[in-house]
Amino acid sequence: MATEAALGWWGVPLAIAAGTMRGGTPFLFVSLGECLTEKSGKINLGLEGTLLTGAMAAYGTSYLTGSPWIGVLAAGLAGAALGVIHGWLSQQFRVNDVAVGIAMIIFGSGVAFFFGKPFIQPKAAQLPTIDLGAWSGIPAVEAALQISPLFLLGVLIAPIMHWFFKSTRWGLFIRAVGDSPDAAKAMGMSIFKVRLLSVVAGSFLAGIGGASLSLYYPGLWTERISSGQGLMAVALVIFARWNPIQCLWASLLFGGAQALGPALQSVGIKEGYYLFNAAPYILTLVIMIFTCSPKRSLTGAPGALGTDT
Amino acid sequence: MNSWRRSFESISLSFGAIFAGLLLFGVFCAAVGQNPFAVYGSIWKSAFGSWQTFQNTLIRAAPLMLTALCTALPARLGLVIIGNEGALVVGGIAAVAIGLGLGTALPPVIAQVAMAIAGMIAGGLWIMAAGALKHYRAVNETISSLLLNYVAIALLNHLVGGPMRDPSSLNKPSTFPLPEAIMLGNIPGSRVHWGLLYGIVACAIAYFLIQRTTFGFAARTAGGNIRAARIAGLPVGQLTLTVCFLAGSCAGLAGMVEVAAVQGSANESLNVGYGYGGILVAFAARHNPLAAILISLLVGGILASGGILQRAHNLPDATVLVFEGIVFLAVLYSDSLYGKIPWFKEKPLIAAPPNPPTSPGQEPVVIS
Amino acid sequence: MSQKRVVRLSRRQILRGLLATGAFGIASKYGIGCASTPSTSDASTGASPAAAGGNPITIGFIYVGPKDDYGYNQAHAAGAAGMAKKFSWVKLVEEANVPETAAVAESMRSMIDIDGAVALFPTSFGYFDPHVLKMAAEYPDVQFFHAGGLYQEGKTPKNVGSYFGYIDEAQYIAGIVAALTSKSGKLGFVGAKPIPQVLRNINAFTLGARSVKPAITTQVVFTGNWAEPIKEAEATNSMADQGIDVVTCHVDSPKVVIETAEKRGIFSSGYHADQIALAPKGYLTGAEWDWTNIYSKLAEEIYAGKKLMDGGIPHILRGGLKDGFCKISPYGPAVGAEAKKAADEAQAKLMDGSLTIYPGGLKDNTGKVVIPAGTTLKQDDPTLESMNYLVDGVLGSIGS
Repeated sequence: MATEAALGWWGVPLAIAAGTMRGGTPFLFVSLGECLTEKSGKINLGLEGTLLTGAMAAYGTSYLTGSPWIGVLAAGLAGAALGVIHGWLSQQFRVNDVAVGIAMIIFGSGVAFFFGKPFIQPKAAQLPTIDLGAWSGIPAVEAALQISPLFLLGVLIAPIMHWFFKSTRWGLFIRAVGDSPDAAKAMGMSIFKVRLLSVVAGSFLAGIGGASLSLYYPGLWTERISSGQGLMAVALVIFARWNPIQCLWASLLFGGAQALGPALQSVGIKEGYYLFNAAPYILTLVIMIFTCSPKRSLTGAPGALGTDT
Repeated sequence: MNSWRRSFESISLSFGAIFAGLLLFGVFCAAVGQNPFAVYGSIWKSAFGSWQTFQNTLIRAAPLMLTALCTALPARLGLVIIGNEGALVVGGIAAVAIGLGLGTALPPVIAQVAMAIAGMIAGGLWIMAAGALKHYRAVNETISSLLLNYVAIALLNHLVGGPMRDPSSLNKPSTFPLPEAIMLGNIPGSRVHWGLLYGIVACAIAYFLIQRTTFGFAARTAGGNIRAARIAGLPVGQLTLTVCFLAGSCAGLAGMVEVAAVQGSANESLNVGYGYGGILVAFAARHNPLAAILISLLVGGILASGGILQRAHNLPDATVLVFEGIVFLAVLYSDSLYGKIPWFKEKPLIAAPPNPPTSPGQEPVVIS
Repeated sequence: MSQKRVVRLSRRQILRGLLATGAFGIASKYGIGCASTPSTSDASTGASPAAAGGNPITIGFIYVGPKDDYGYNQAHAAGAAGMAKKFSWVKLVEEANVPETAAVAESMRSMIDIDGAVALFPTSFGYFDPHVLKMAAEYPDVQFFHAGGLYQEGKTPKNVGSYFGYIDEAQYIAGIVAALTSKSGKLGFVGAKPIPQVLRNINAFTLGARSVKPAITTQVVFTGNWAEPIKEAEATNSMADQGIDVVTCHVDSPKVVIETAEKRGIFSSGYHADQIALAPKGYLTGAEWDWTNIYSKLAEEIYAGKKLMDGGIPHILRGGLKDGFCKISPYGPAVGAEAKKAADEAQAKLMDGSLTIYPGGLKDNTGKVVIPAGTTLKQDDPTLESMNYLVDGVLGSIGS
């Protein structure tokens, strides 16, 4: 059968292309969540914990109810619950959002691991996939084009969020609060409420990112399921210039980078896989170095980000 | 008078925060079917109960004191550095490289000093890079130091898996072991290694440097308002680089201690979260180096109690994470209560702070 | 003026920290008055660790990861639980997620001092040097049984024993099954790191496969770490893309590899435990640990008063299929009669010792002879435990 034929070097771009969609989905949700959060002027480093809690909640709920979609919802809600803690606590007087974020990584992963113990063994119902590769007749291409509805959802959310920031009243509120809280206050907005809602909504998205890990790819619950995607999202958002559409491209890039190491090895490139694995981080750093400048702040950067206002 | 009352306020708040954290954890334990008082008893017994068990706490606290400085010092300049883990890792690698290079050719003390200096320089340069990027290219230092962590860990894995690997380190790739003679021993009369003393001394020096020297004054001024500092003629760039170097060198020293007092070689066990622990310690201590010593002890105690929670109470291993998370959230929250509790203005009464909600919609509960 | 204010601020913070630590203590101590601490009170056995016949004994187990990881740690924990279930006189104390740092030394210490453990089983390789060696020197009356460490006569403390299973025997058989089931003649192996234990499994799997189909190859992908779910899935997927139709692995938890293989419609061979539930169609067989046997045997010997120190218990305990250290999973539905027959024959030969996995004249995949002709290495040969090559037929390299 021709379909059994090896792809050889063609496997590398294919693996990366497939990896962008498979491995990029959690990045996409977490970075969109972080983007929303940062636009309002707060950083949430705790999304790593949110991602894990979301992954656990999704898998556990899917296993108990048999419906992966209820699992996705549970993941979002669990994420939002952690978001409430972060959003509320990080806005208290003299409380730094980076510190709260790191405490939330510990707390969120603790909660996820504690309640996730019974779900490591069982097999939960997975999200269905949309097969776009049936035309090709090549199993490798078919597998690569098994698209998760969550990925499509994320792809849809990105432009919607872009439009939301640009053209809606609420988007304006969030940008105003993130750029110049004083002006926003003068306009009569509640900075506290806007930021709280942004953080909660961002955490909701990050929770769904967790669901994508446990219910789509790689599709299981273990305590090591996230290899730092939640933390990376913070860098990714800067990489993407706080622009939801660019978050999409950046997530795809980072997702593809995860596939690079294994794919190169499977065609015979053997050396330096640890260094390959570090490629996305080095790339982000290099791009930041070349695009930042002390003379102007980054385009799109919320003015109040990282300040104690 | 006023000063006395303010001290009293901070004492009560910290007391209250930790008490509230313990209380919340107790509620958590009760909710999962454990007797919270029995759990408290075990925690006390295994972390602070006797000199034997307290040493366990000290051993775990030692690296945290050093890594905490990596966040605490730049914080005085207004920088949020979270590259502690990476600086620790490169410090460890550098220390091993020097230690192996020198071997037993020189007196052990000199080799040890050389290893410490190598670790400090490597860690220092690592964080200084983040500081330099901030100053010259305006790259956000939080993100760049976070990314540098991943780079350092990949570098460690690459080096111990290949170029620096001891072929006889079979199933756990490591560098060649340091000669026994140049290892740091234990503080006499205890099983606690000298790293603890390094930590305490470094914290004391850092405190003195920041609070009592013109350099520290300049750093604090620049941290308060960069623009004003520039106008006042302070060398902001130089300050940034120096402070970042010092901060990184503390974490690098922690890496040296880890290889020279505990592991005996560099391997993936360097990367076990001391750095991230240090960030939290620094924030909980409000970047005060002396307070960091005490907070490190508290965290060391929490970590030391992780074992007994599993063995005596059959709680899963993740319990200690929940515990740590709750206590830290409570401590961070308590900071916001300064000057907000009217009791401290009127009459001195002990008040515990409201707890942060653990679930959405739950209103803070005031315990009195 | 400003100087003074600064000093006051810091004193406040110091006091704050001091009191904080104290408060923690008081709050916890208060708890002691209200309720007795259960089950930690029987520390009396610690003083007389001989535990000669009759008295209950406490045995401590330490795991590097979570106890229920569907992999390495779970296999050990299941063995410990199986052992504890058999004997009412064993009290099992366990700690999971203990890193390979000073933390493990402290865990061992409190198991001995507080729980009165007379024997410890630190189950991760990385615990051995320096932590187990240090603690063994400090507690000469306590017996330390370490999984996989190398005991060296005269160098290692007398109260340290090493045990491990030749699971490569099971991998050899799995390789035979894989070769006879594969249509493409290409096998895949997802490894964590190029360390001897992993290399030995890759080699045995390949040698097993080539013993029935000499032209078959095994592609290796190292993920670099023990638990990298996404990379493991990517590795499995890229192997499937390359036309590989049987994959196996040596990572902490094989769940990802087995499930991904099933999704891609290729065959899989398990590791650590039976994973047929994860891949009911494509699961062929697998190399499984069976620690209950060995743990029960050791517990009985300790209970009978035998010791490592006087040679009552051997310092090096190794065994394979015959001794019940490991076994192969029941064959899956895709395994044909021919494969079953060949596998069963090989198993019988491994059991009676007439088959050696590593023959003289063995070449690595660069063409170098790694075992001189004429010197067949038996399973218990210690040089095999420092294997640093991939045999002919493996595609991949151990460079990092």
